[in-house]
This record gives sequence, structure tokens and C-alpha cells, in this order.
Amino acid sequence: MAAKRLKTGSDFTWQDMEVGNVVTEPGSGALRRTGDWRSQRPILDKEKCNKCGLCWLYCPDAAIKPLGDGYYEIDLFHCKGCGICAKSCPKDAITMIEEEEK
Amino acid sequence: MAEGHSFCTGCGEALALRLACKALGRNVIIANATGCTEVCTSPLPVTSWRVPWIHTLFENVAATASGVEAGLKILMKKGRIPEKDIKCVAVAGDGGTSDIGIQALSGALERNHDFLYLCFDNEAYMNTGIQRSSATPYGASTTTAPAGKLSIGQTTWKKNLPEIAVAHNIPYVATACPSYPFDLMNKVKQGADVKGPAYVHIFSPCPTGWRHASDLAIELGRLAVETGIFPLYEVENGRYRLNIDRPTLKPVEEYLKPQGRFRHLLAQEIARIQEHVNEEYAKLKAKAACSAS
Amino acid sequence: MSKRVGLEASHAAAEAARMADVDFIAAYPITPQTHIPERLAEMVADGELDAAYVPVESEHSALSACLGAAAVGARTFTATAGPGLEYMHNVVYVASSMRLPVVMTIANRALSAPLSIWGDHSDAMSVRDTGWIQVFCQNSQEAFDMTLWAFRVGEDSRVLLPVMVHFDGFHLTHVTEPVILPEQEEVDRFLPKFHYPFALDPDKPMTLGAFAPPDIYSEAKMAQEVATRKSRAVVLQGFQEFGDIFGRYYHPVEPYKTEGASTLLLTMGSFGETAKTVIDTKKDKGESVGLINLRLWRPFPFQELRQAVKSARTLIVFDRCISFGGPGGPVASEIRSALYDEEKRPKIVSFIGGLGGRDMSAKDFEYVIDRGREIAEKGSEELFETVGIRGEVTGIRG
Repeated sequence: MAAKRLKTGSDFTWQDMEVGNVVTEPGSGALRRTGDWRSQRPILDKEKCNKCGLCWLYCPDAAIKPLGDGYYEIDLFHCKGCGICAKSCPKDAITMIEEEEK
Repeated sequence: MAEGHSFCTGCGEALALRLACKALGRNVIIANATGCTEVCTSPLPVTSWRVPWIHTLFENVAATASGVEAGLKILMKKGRIPEKDIKCVAVAGDGGTSDIGIQALSGALERNHDFLYLCFDNEAYMNTGIQRSSATPYGASTTTAPAGKLSIGQTTWKKNLPEIAVAHNIPYVATACPSYPFDLMNKVKQGADVKGPAYVHIFSPCPTGWRHASDLAIELGRLAVETGIFPLYEVENGRYRLNIDRPTLKPVEEYLKPQGRFRHLLAQEIARIQEHVNEEYAKLKAKAACSAS
Repeated sequence: MSKRVGLEASHAAAEAARMADVDFIAAYPITPQTHIPERLAEMVADGELDAAYVPVESEHSALSACLGAAAVGARTFTATAGPGLEYMHNVVYVASSMRLPVVMTIANRALSAPLSIWGDHSDAMSVRDTGWIQVFCQNSQEAFDMTLWAFRVGEDSRVLLPVMVHFDGFHLTHVTEPVILPEQEEVDRFLPKFHYPFALDPDKPMTLGAFAPPDIYSEAKMAQEVATRKSRAVVLQGFQEFGDIFGRYYHPVEPYKTEGASTLLLTMGSFGETAKTVIDTKKDKGESVGLINLRLWRPFPFQELRQAVKSARTLIVFDRCISFGGPGGPVASEIRSALYDEEKRPKIVSFIGGLGGRDMSAKDFEYVIDRGREIAEKGSEELFETVGIRGEVTGIRG
């Protein structure tokens, strides 16, 4: 399966524009790597986690995904590192650490 | 709404919108005014939206929505499109609702269109750079009503939009806050299910404009409710119902303190705010009591 | 059997919308357009027309609501005049750039200040660059015909552009003239059902009206410009099909007795019919004159115009609008621009009159032609001449 690439404006000639600039592909913005914004990242400690789901519920970026086993994982492609999940966790199972230099 | 949107880190509006979308489901058409939501979700050539969505201008979302709603109705009546359950939802910020968009809103509410209007209130024209709106609270510093040597910032009290909606005699008006996610989702769902116009006013903490830490949106929303600054209530066919009523309200200072936009306020200003909140809350309680009897 | 009735242009346009089985109307009343929304409201109230009638609270909301309706696939109609058009100005650009077909009749009216409810072309001239297809009507029959034609062309899948049908406030909107109404069957043959290819639908979710960062805006605008130019083919096809079915053939530029004429007068709208009587009189006296009715305003008919004037020595252009501080009458300046690069072109004289309901009699047009000829011969320092404006106007030069 070919990896989808995020379309940017510079890819388009005027002939490529859809009539009325309509965007026909729903959710195509999901390819935007907003994870690049982070200056801190959440670390989830499974030992402490009680699977309450509050982190998932309160994430403004929908960057916390439920796993099959009831735990959750952080979607680092999109996570902006706001820290709301860490703040909301009743078990202090999430800590924010400095984003590493790449 | 898909992930990968460009709302600020920790944005309360983004969360509120995400929750609202969960409550609304797929059988909607969203009309969106210019503003944070519109800009963060629809940069050509991509879109965050997985439901049909239209943006025309800043000042006319209620009118655009009126056209979608009445257009769908007549096309279904004339058999031009199949009869389907599709709800028209208007989404706007406080700017597009309280100021430049208020004429269109009033018209649409008066004409009784079957649509849901969601106002995401971050209390200023945030998308264009934190300029004041009529929904900016007293004492808040914004770029066009900044706190300075001669000014405390906003010198007028926040326009009461839910009350304006109530004055139009519509079936359902509610206030909501993403810190109370299930309450918010229920209200959005109820507003969508109502036949006729519904208005839900959603408190949307803004770390960028309110100058608070990026992880505080939920806490601030809770404090806003617990101090009585943003009470959660519903008005169903003119009858008021207070959803959360604490025996004593927390002091407003707890809510104001973590926000840079209020940092300049002196004790006397905070006292004025406290007095105003007490008055308004009492009025609201009286209305609720009157409706209950 | 088609029937001949007496109708104001307002009622003629409303009747055309009814026969076109329009789905959605959102309009705000403003003199002198009021008879249009009133007649439509009557039709809906009496069940003569099955349409959503939304009595919006302003013109801005009228066109905004029309955009919402067009976006779900409704055949959409509205009307306005003068300041009403200005109030919706922001939305006018959006209609064309979002490629949402709406038909809007404009009861051409003067703009404030001072307030004037009476007719001229200032409102039309303020929307020249908005990207709508635009035509002008000379009488009630044309108001009917062009409204029908507008749906056909604007909604065509190769076009998908909004269309403005201009007719003069009061002179046409409030004057009863004979109109031949076709059979419904003929209209149904001419006008297919509207199908909007990007209709808002939960089963096929699309995003309409996304914003454009600098790296894509230019391409979006170029695409719009090309589509506007290309609509010409369908514009002409629409005129042809209209004639084939209804028997009246319209053209972008309509010459009247111009063969061999050395002096031509160009008009837009109903005043041209008065001018035609002057052409007849003068021709009877052996004068070499003719008239050009400019019907298609946008996309501008460069080809047809150049063809129509190529043998004339003098072209007098009559404007019902002042472009303040600009290069004379707006139509005159566009004509000048269109002909500038032609090797052989007539001398152009710009006349401005008929502002804010000021009538133009046959005598006034006689003056325009005589004085226009004189200026073409002797030259003038003035950018434009006026007719019917009390007080001499001199010293207006570029």
C-alpha cells in the first residue's frame, strides 16, 4: 500500500484546482504532522493506568487512541504536547517530559 | 473532525468541537463562520472534515445555514433528493455570533429554521489576534482593549448571548463547557434533536488569548462553572433549569488568577467582578426557581 | 399556445422564475425591486409555485442563504437593487468564486448618497469585477427571457456560475409592457433540472469554502478566471437554444440599423429603445447613424463589439453612471480599452446622463448624437460630456 503524502498548495497548477476549490477527500488534513509542534511529550505509565479513558476524552487533538486491551496509546504523529492528559489523569499515570532534540 | 487540525496546543475550542462532533454524528451538514475553527480545519488543499461542510463568510453563518436547511427541506418535499434525516448545524465563534454575525443569527432564530447553532466562545476575536469582542469579559485585556495606564482593558460587561437567544422564543437554549464533556455532548445532541432552532453556547478556554498554561483548559472551564462566571443551564421552551448549582460559589479570583489577560486587575476590580457575578447568578437562580414552580 | 399578456418587468421576471420551477427564494425588499419578491411570495402562498420562500432580514443574508441552498442543489433565485446590492457586496464575490449558480435580477438603481430610489446603472457598475455572468434587458419580454436563459447557462455543469439579469428600476420594473409567455412544456424542454456536482450530502462529504494560503490562492483565482471566460461558449449556446425553442434570438452585441453608419450610439438597458426611435427619425432624414445595444456585459464580448464598430468613424457611448475621478463613463472606458489595440477604430465619445431616474427623451438622444458627432470632428478637452444635467460641466479632463 503506497504511503499517502500530504498535499500542499505548491503541488497545484490552476488546472489542478477543483471547481469552486471544493475539497472532495474527507479528512485529508489528518496527514498533517502536528506532532512537530511539541516541546514536551506525554509518557504513559501502564502500571499506574486504570483505563478510565479520561486522557482520551480530554485530548483536544484526538491524539490518544484506545488499544484493544483497554489501555491507551499516544499518537505522536499528532500530539502537540499540551499536557491536558497529564493534568486530567486521576492516577498521575502520565508525565510530560521535554521533547528530545532530534 | 479528523486529527491533524491546527488549533493551538491545549485549545479548549478544539476539544469542545471534537466532543460536539461525537454527539452530532455523520448525518449533519455544517455551516462554519470564519474563525479559529474554520481556519484550523480547512486549509486548501486539505480538510479535517469528514462530514459535509461549507464556509462562506464571517458574518453570515446563520443565513448560510438557513439556506442549507430550507434548501434541504424543499428539495426533499419536491422529491428532488431522497428523504433523509440530515441536521443543519451552524458553527461560529463569539465574533461571528455576538458582533458581526448577530443580525443573521437573530433573523434565522426568528424565522424558526430547524437548525442547531453552536457558538464556541473564546471571548475575543482570537483567530485574528486576540481583539476584543462583545463577549470579552469585563477587565480582560485584549489587543484592541488592552490594559494600560489609563485602562483596565474591557470596560463593558460580557454580552449575554444565551439570553438573547432565549428572547427569540426558541425551543432550546443551553450553555456548555468541555470540562463537563458528557453534559456538553448531551446538550449538543438535545439541540440537534429539537425541531426548530436550538442554540448552545460553549465556553472555550484559549491558552493563547487568555494567556494561561497549555494544560489548563479543563481546569479553567471547571473553575468558570464553579465560580458562577459561566453557569451551566438550559432553557427549554422558556423554562430555565440550572444544571449545576453549588451551595456556595468559589471566589472569582481563583478563576481569574491563572490567566494573563486578568493579571493587571486590582482588588477593587476583582471585587466588582465578584459583585456582578453574584448578581447575575442570583438572577439566574431566580429564573430557574420560577420555572420550576 | 403561448399567450401575450401585459406585465411589468418585475412580474415578468417572477413569472420566469415560476416557470423555471425555482426551488429556493431568499430576498429582501428594496425599491424598485419590491414587486419581484412580492409577486413570488404571492405565488408561493397560493400554491402556484412550490418553493422555499425565506424572508430574510437583509440583502446580505438573502444572498448568503441562496449560497447555502445552491450548495445543497436547489435552483435558487433572488433579486435586489442599488444599495441592496452593495449590502451584499461581500457575498457577491463569494457566489462566483465558490461557483454556486444563483440567478439574481437587479432592478438597476442609483446609489446613495444622496438617497435615490430611482434608476441608473451605478449598482451594476459596482459589481463589474465580481465574476458573475451579466446581461442587460431593454424591456419586459427580455426580463422574462433573460431570467429563463440565466438558469440554463448558470447551472450548466460546464459553467456553474451565478448570473445577474439587469433591468432598469422604475422604467422597466414598474411599467407594464406586452410579454409573450411560452408554454410550460417549452420551458421544460429548454431548462433541464439543476444538478450541483458537489452538493452537500452526508453520504458524500465534501468541504466547500476552504481558505487559501498564499501558495494556492493565485491558482484558485486563475481557475475562476478561465472558467468565466470559457462560459462564453455556453452563453452563446444558451442564446441559440433559446431562439430555437422560443423564437427570439438574442446576441451579446445587437446592432440596430448600423450597416454603413458612420456614427454609432451604444447603450445598455431600456433607454436604448428610446434612442432607437431617434435613429429611425435621423435615418429618415438621411443621416448616417445606427445604434448598438450591448446586451452581454460579462464575460465582455470583445469579438462581437470589435466586429460591430469596425466600420464606424464615431462611437458615442452612453453611460448611466459616473465613475468618480475615473476615465469617463465606466462603459465608455471599457469600450475604449477593448478597442485600443485595434488598427482601425472609431473615435469614442463618452456621454453621461440618466442618473438617479433622470429621464432621457428622444430629444435628449438627438442632442447626444449631434453633439457627439461634433466632438468627434472638432475634438474636445473633456473626458466626458453630460446630457440633461443643469449647469455647464467643463474642465473635466484627464
